[in-house]
Amino acid sequence: MSTADVVTPTAAPRQRGRLRRLERPALAGVLVREIVNFSSYWRGTTFSSTVEPTIYLVAFGFGFGSLVSQVNGFRYVEFVATGTVATAVLFSSVFPGMFSTFVKYQFQRTYDAILAAPVDTEELVTGEALWIAMRAGVYGNAPMLVAIIFGLDPSWGMLVVPLICFTAGYGWACFGISIAAFLKSIENFSYVTSAVITPLFLVAGTFFPIDQLPEWAQVAANLNPLYHTVQLVRDAVFVNWSVDDLGHFGAIVAFGLLAWRVAIFGMQRKLID
Amino acid sequence: MSNAIELRGAVKRYGPITAVDGLDLDVPDGTCVGLLGPNGAGKSTTMKLLTAQAIADEGTLSVLGYKLPEESKVARAECGVVPQLDNLDTSLTVEQNLLVFAYLYRVPRRDRREAIERALEIAHLTERRTAKVDELSGGMRRRLLVARALVHKPRLVLLDEPTVGLDPQVRQQLWALIDRLRTEGVSILMSTHYIEEAERLADTVVIMSHGRAVATGPPSALVREHTGGEAVEVYGPPARLAEVESEARASGIQTRRTGTSITLLNVNGDAPGAADGERRPANLEDVFVLLTGEEIA
Repeated sequence: MSTADVVTPTAAPRQRGRLRRLERPALAGVLVREIVNFSSYWRGTTFSSTVEPTIYLVAFGFGFGSLVSQVNGFRYVEFVATGTVATAVLFSSVFPGMFSTFVKYQFQRTYDAILAAPVDTEELVTGEALWIAMRAGVYGNAPMLVAIIFGLDPSWGMLVVPLICFTAGYGWACFGISIAAFLKSIENFSYVTSAVITPLFLVAGTFFPIDQLPEWAQVAANLNPLYHTVQLVRDAVFVNWSVDDLGHFGAIVAFGLLAWRVAIFGMQRKLID
Repeated sequence: MSNAIELRGAVKRYGPITAVDGLDLDVPDGTCVGLLGPNGAGKSTTMKLLTAQAIADEGTLSVLGYKLPEESKVARAECGVVPQLDNLDTSLTVEQNLLVFAYLYRVPRRDRREAIERALEIAHLTERRTAKVDELSGGMRRRLLVARALVHKPRLVLLDEPTVGLDPQVRQQLWALIDRLRTEGVSILMSTHYIEEAERLADTVVIMSHGRAVATGPPSALVREHTGGEAVEVYGPPARLAEVESEARASGIQTRRTGTSITLLNVNGDAPGAADGERRPANLEDVFVLLTGEEIA
């Protein structure tokens, strides 16, 4: 077919490769695939992740803000702006985790191709989650930056917000991948969205503080990683650190680790017969 | 000579179904082995076992000297896989698809550019390098799928039904490409249900049925061994065909239906009904039907 050498197989067997877990070249391969793909859709993603928080800010910040001027000692628009950072992280990581994983597995069969290469399920899941977390680490800042335009005072604490977004995003990405791994059809995703994600999103101290809720709801909020993210972001932006923040950060790290292992277990079951 | 692939007593069950049922399979280094069998014979499951995308319940499996499934990742680094279903990234360009796989297959940075150029040339897509996969014809996509599997110069290539659903021109191009790989010493395992494909490309054909290898050998040897030299095709109305069939079977002659005719196999000299039939050399298709049965699962 061609005059070029198709392949020149190595005569001597290559050096016996060692078996290791989470190899850097494997993770790099998964990430490169995502980065190259991102070059074809970044405009849409960037548009929606900046326009959406702006709408939230304008609607809640000014709509509600005219009724409620102060919440927990903050201007309401600032309270909402910091809360919206956490929801932006949630949406930009849990939905890609759920939908793109399912589409790549079920419809595009991308994972069949990747797993035929020297990449195992653990590396595949970790690479995908890292990529989504990196995006969340960037796009999560959008509401904060928009809020600065609306009068939020810049602070040094804002510099750690990307780290918070990345860490929380990693957990939510793995949570989303787990959903994709355990549910049989994409139609069932709406159960998860309505019954799990919407309550998590509302009872996290994003739009209203949780200390006015009944006690059981306050206890429940402590189990919500989004609540801890909201608290961390607020304490960072208003430079209002306390020992509690170690607990909040510990909670999102623990959530990330747990969701990561569950996602790997689920995908292994789904991808390897 | 050692074996690029060696399976001994491989078993793979899915609940009550045993997809691979004690399969022995050898692919000697540098040869092309064709895995021939009807749908449901266990060919695709066998392919999945070889990349550890399915884990065998029993048996020993080795690929390029590595034990499966434990060392599969190392083996996969030296294998190229052409899947049955097209799983190219459709929103990426031809070149980007190859770039991604150069990374996934760990082609060193200094060789990456050259590897991509070589793959483009193999696929005859150098001119279309910036085209998105969406814009390519079916044949071009299939060539890209093959080239993608060769970007890291694998020692072993696994082809799962490489030409299914392609027109004769495209199929012929792919055959030339596979044949070229073989002459350059790459070991190949190719599953197919196209008899002509196996006959043309494979040094050894393994006929699979119900998860086992029912016959193994070079195509011509299989034909000689199982169907003798000649076959006779008898044409006629259905009633006549049924009559010829029962007469032949009564006198111990093997037959097969071909839809429009009845074929008498292993005919040495005279046979009932043979006088008004057409004589032709026996072929691999006769062997295939004889060994895998006429009933459609």
